[in-house]
Amino acid sequence: MITLSLAVGFALVLAGLYGALTNRNILRMIVSFTVADTGVNIVLVAVGWMRGRTAPILDDAVPIAEAAQRIIDPLPQALVLTAIVIGLGVTALMLAYAYRLYSTAGTLDVSKFTELKW
Amino acid sequence: MVRHLAAGLLTIGLALAFAALVLGYQPDAELNRTALYYAENTAKDLGSQNIVTAIVVTYRGLDTLGEVTVLFLAAAIVGLILAPGRGAEGAGRRGAPPPGELLTTGSRMLTPLILITGIYVFVNGHLTPGGGFQGGAILASAALLVLLADPGHRFAHRTIETIEGVSGVAYVAVGLLGLAFAGGFLDNRFLPTGRFGALLSAGAIPVIYTLIGLKVGAEFASILANLTETEERR
Repeated sequence: MITLSLAVGFALVLAGLYGALTNRNILRMIVSFTVADTGVNIVLVAVGWMRGRTAPILDDAVPIAEAAQRIIDPLPQALVLTAIVIGLGVTALMLAYAYRLYSTAGTLDVSKFTELKW
Repeated sequence: MVRHLAAGLLTIGLALAFAALVLGYQPDAELNRTALYYAENTAKDLGSQNIVTAIVVTYRGLDTLGEVTVLFLAAAIVGLILAPGRGAEGAGRRGAPPPGELLTTGSRMLTPLILITGIYVFVNGHLTPGGGFQGGAILASAALLVLLADPGHRFAHRTIETIEGVSGVAYVAVGLLGLAFAGGFLDNRFLPTGRFGALLSAGAIPVIYTLIGLKVGAEFASILANLTETEERR
């Protein structure tokens, strides 16, 4: 189970990285980055998983006294919450820049932008 | 061709490294020291049922304030970059057919329900899975529904900005109250922690998460509005 989650997460990271490296269209690159982002989040959440334990919420199912034996690591979940929100902000920024690039250069093909090429 | 080959080789190399990680991974049997501290002390110290919320809002509250700031910056820069392209007010929806009766009525019926769901999610952030960011995203999805049903719809930018600014300032003010009346900046215990598991418990956590929810909802809505309004100019 944990192997499957980790494998899916890493596969998404690799797919996103390959897509970002090989695609020429800026929109496709942005989509690739979001795929890789999702993969990283899946891996991080999966790392917090522990066998036979439940979510870190101390309701009727988890008495406070037994919390240390019954819940999984809450920290990766808190970190992933941050990562998701920042990822969304970055994606919105990338889309806005892509729009500006398109309106100034009339193309989204990244090989047409040669000003900073060396 | 060379580029594809290089990217492929890089991916395969990384895949091998990742495979070694996955195959050799063993999940922990015991909580590590940080997690153990959170598990044992959250209920006693902060009175929050949801430990993830306690970490996000109080233990690492400064982190979350920074995160909200990053989100605000992203929203502001999106607005700044797209501003020159924004069409005149009310000039939108050229050539697009008006939304039909079903679409209008349906979106009007669903929008309040979505807003209530979002508010429920962030008000109960310290009890159930969910919280300010999730609830804020649900609030913004109501704005997205309105924009999808009628792309010519105009949001009152001034209202969105006011909600965002007021909730942001109030968030910092609540943090300072914690500094003055409790253990430190963003400490939630200047309000009574109440009965464990009740809606009004966990000190200032519901207050902070409500403010975060409003702020995040307003920021996402302003990003959506900026993107839509720019698109219509062409």
